[in-house]
Amino acid sequence: MAKERTRRSDVIIRFAGDSGDGMQLTGDRFTSATASFGNDLSTLPDFPAEIRAPAGTLPGVSAFQIHFADHDIMTPGDAPDVLVAMNPAALKANIGDLARGGTIIVNTDEFTKRALQKVGYDSDPLADDSLASYSLHAIPLTSLTVGALESFDITKKEAERAKNMFALGLLSWLYHRPMDQTKVFLTEKFGKKPEILAANLAALEAGWSFGETTETFEVQYEVRPAALPGGTYRNITGNVALSYGLVAAARCSGLGLFLGSYPITPASDILHELSRHKRFGVTTFQAEDEIAGIGAALGAAYGGAIGVTTTSGPGLALKSETLGLAVALELPLVVIDVQRGGPSTGLPTKTEQADLLQAMFGRNGEAPVPIVAPQSPGDCFFAALEAVRIATKYRTPVLLLSDGYLANGAEPWRIPDVADLPDLTVSFTTEPNDTDADGNPVFQPFLRDPQTLARPWAVPGTAGLEHRIGGIEKADVTGAISYDPANHDHMVRTRQAKVDGIAADIPPLVVDDPTGEADVLVLGWGSTYGPIAAACRMVREAGHPVAQAHLRHLNPFPANTGDVLRRYRRVIIPEMNLGQLSLLIRGTFLVDARPVTQVRGLPFRSEDLAEAILAEMPAEQPDMSTLTEESLT
Amino acid sequence: MTTDIPALELVPRTDEKQSAKDFKSDQEVRWCPGCGDYAILAAVQGFLPSLGLKRENIVFVSGIGCSSRFPYYLDTYGVHSIHGRAPAIATGLSVSRPDLSVWVITGDGDALSIGGNHLIHALRRNVNLKILLFNNRIYGLTKGQYSPTSEVGKITKSTPLGSLDYPFNPVSLALGAEATFVARTIDSDRKHLTSVLAQAAAHEGAALVEIYQNCNIFNDGAFEPLKDAGIRDEHLIRLEAGQPIRFGVDGHRGVVRGSDGQVRVVEVADVAESDLLVHQPGADDPGVAFALSRLVDPETLDKTAIGVFRDVARPSYDRQVREQLAAAGEPASSEDLTALLQGPDTWTVV
Ligand code: SF4
Repeated sequence: MAKERTRRSDVIIRFAGDSGDGMQLTGDRFTSATASFGNDLSTLPDFPAEIRAPAGTLPGVSAFQIHFADHDIMTPGDAPDVLVAMNPAALKANIGDLARGGTIIVNTDEFTKRALQKVGYDSDPLADDSLASYSLHAIPLTSLTVGALESFDITKKEAERAKNMFALGLLSWLYHRPMDQTKVFLTEKFGKKPEILAANLAALEAGWSFGETTETFEVQYEVRPAALPGGTYRNITGNVALSYGLVAAARCSGLGLFLGSYPITPASDILHELSRHKRFGVTTFQAEDEIAGIGAALGAAYGGAIGVTTTSGPGLALKSETLGLAVALELPLVVIDVQRGGPSTGLPTKTEQADLLQAMFGRNGEAPVPIVAPQSPGDCFFAALEAVRIATKYRTPVLLLSDGYLANGAEPWRIPDVADLPDLTVSFTTEPNDTDADGNPVFQPFLRDPQTLARPWAVPGTAGLEHRIGGIEKADVTGAISYDPANHDHMVRTRQAKVDGIAADIPPLVVDDPTGEADVLVLGWGSTYGPIAAACRMVREAGHPVAQAHLRHLNPFPANTGDVLRRYRRVIIPEMNLGQLSLLIRGTFLVDARPVTQVRGLPFRSEDLAEAILAEMPAEQPDMSTLTEESLT
Repeated sequence: MTTDIPALELVPRTDEKQSAKDFKSDQEVRWCPGCGDYAILAAVQGFLPSLGLKRENIVFVSGIGCSSRFPYYLDTYGVHSIHGRAPAIATGLSVSRPDLSVWVITGDGDALSIGGNHLIHALRRNVNLKILLFNNRIYGLTKGQYSPTSEVGKITKSTPLGSLDYPFNPVSLALGAEATFVARTIDSDRKHLTSVLAQAAAHEGAALVEIYQNCNIFNDGAFEPLKDAGIRDEHLIRLEAGQPIRFGVDGHRGVVRGSDGQVRVVEVADVAESDLLVHQPGADDPGVAFALSRLVDPETLDKTAIGVFRDVARPSYDRQVREQLAAAGEPASSEDLTALLQGPDTWTVV
């Protein structure tokens, strides 16, 4: 039976189920197929911190949202059009986000009385009319899967576990996604267990056929490929892009890469990824703690490697003393903080941007550290290159602030040509750089480059340049221990001047203001780029000019930042914290920046941001109920 | 050229004749007059030329404390880092630079209190570090608080009624931490100190050398029973590989392993000569070495063993990292980088 096909410009699907239901895998596979189909996309995995939270409970719900479109999109979307709920907990936890009139696909096999009670449903939402305003598809996914796998020599439990593949097959049919890659993926994953592999493939096909044959679904949807800029694309998550950026940076610098790291969510994937690339001159060291992770990285940097340490907020707190040492030693070091909800253990698997001030000031003494932040998953690659560039050129630790949303979120990424990557060649000092009073050549470890104020990087093994460095204040030029008041004042100001001077070596802040008429500027940093850009589109579509600018460098700020800010009547700063960038901007530029803040562990909804921006607009407010990122294209 | 010492085979060797003077830096040494650190510094400066290594390939990394000023006084590469972290920093350096001979200078507070974690992990990994732990059983730089090796009941500024915490025995600790080389020596015994340093240098992997060091300002005479020429021979057990363990004036005391498995001190006259324990630092089982480290009477220091307790072969962490890197295959080319960036699934937009 041929079914009707309807074209959509974009769709948001959320897969939700128990932690053990394989929703992340399902989402990941759907994403991969969507990417290769050529849609633009953005994803948001959202999973519990517990590895296996109690089954069927609200805290145990794991979800994966994907937004895909036939045009460029900025965010994983605010409200899903489709919710796949594998059990009552998944339905209950996610129904509030679903767009009115949205589609719900539920696994009725899990809607038992006990399961309903467990999450506080007094009556079965599938039976009462509480879901009347949605398009509900109640399907016994588990029993259909088990039925389809009857002929296989596997246990019932194993058959049941394939239900996510059935769901994936069904959704693939519904949205016309290719399944070849998923089949290849499954073949690799279950290559050693042929029966399980065959069962999963069969479940996938069964899901597809179910869509095609049953009358539950009358319409099949089509989302055409997006017209993205020309090039070769892949789908990539922030943590993978960041890892590749480090590999590429080491290669561009001609040095080895040494990662010292202690496992911590959501940064561990960088350690995992880099540990697989030894052929690229990458050494990974899983340290005994966060302090040893940065310590070893600093030791390797002293020896002439690109030293990197990766962590999340609590780990950054532990590293701060060594970070201060790196400031004092003036050695290159890259510290990556994949921010998560805080304080303390906080929300390990959720996103936040509340480590900005820790990155900026979280050390004893005056210890300035340059800060860079990527704005999208794919941009993590370029941010890593930039962090390495600054670290090696200025002999300074650099902080890279990613976050949980960037780390796990994915987007299509235009793969850069290796030949176009920047030249980051480093030259070590190999000769004495001064003469003593008697005219003999000597090496002065703190004799600076007059341009960059960087000191020489002379690595052990270089004859004639033997020298000692340490955390005690050093005399300018010679590096000998010095407690002299004037010298300390000079050294503190010089280290600050070195970091401040980087402003002349980074691109200016660029403003996006299509009409040039805006008098409100929305300034952001890091992963809020997508939601802010989507919100600005909505606001413009509603007839209000608004300007957007996004900071890649947070210390120092681009040289033109003050000029840009002062051009606008109002500056709004959306942040996933309580106004940390706003504090810096106000303090630095005396600009009345208004923070718009949220600390829910989730990215901003663009609609909420658009409303917040509109609230700052002079004219009367339009009706927001008609505004969505999707509706404006 | 590299040295004849297999453990240092990757470190370039010099043809120039070196002397202790070559290892003296231009910095004025600033320990208190009479501090045991002077003797250790002189011994190390005197010992380094015997390695025949290029000076620029030797690095000393220290933490914080009186002893940690050590690197400033040696004309090699050196890092005076932060409290307790020297083993971690040295690990990154050593693992990424096999052509360096890396030494860690630390003290009882630095290594066993604030840096305890890094010390035990460097030892169990067997990172190619030579760790010299100056044990003066007191905090010197912060002016005299008790340390994790101070005897119970120690009256100090922070413990006016006597310290309550039971001390670490650094040799026992290192043995428990899977160390492959553990030794103890004394600042004032230059010959013994030098011989232990030589054995540590020849060991592949982590070597922990505890050096009893006198702090004449805050804990003077802490090791006097082991130094006083009149009484020390009676107390001090000098461990020699392959030799029956005898000590005391004229060797009247000896160490045996009883039928109950316990290691104890006896009068040699009371046992058969053949019953004496023969010291075997290369024994797989660290049990006897541990027992030897426990013979001491903490009050009087009687039965203090010095020398090499343990020296066993286990591939260093550094070596194994190198092997994994080498086994990963040919160094990646720029085509490999392209392939990495592309991954298995790409699509093209025209
Ligand atoms: S305080 Fe003690 S250990 Fe420190 S330098 Fe003085 S004598 Fe030596």
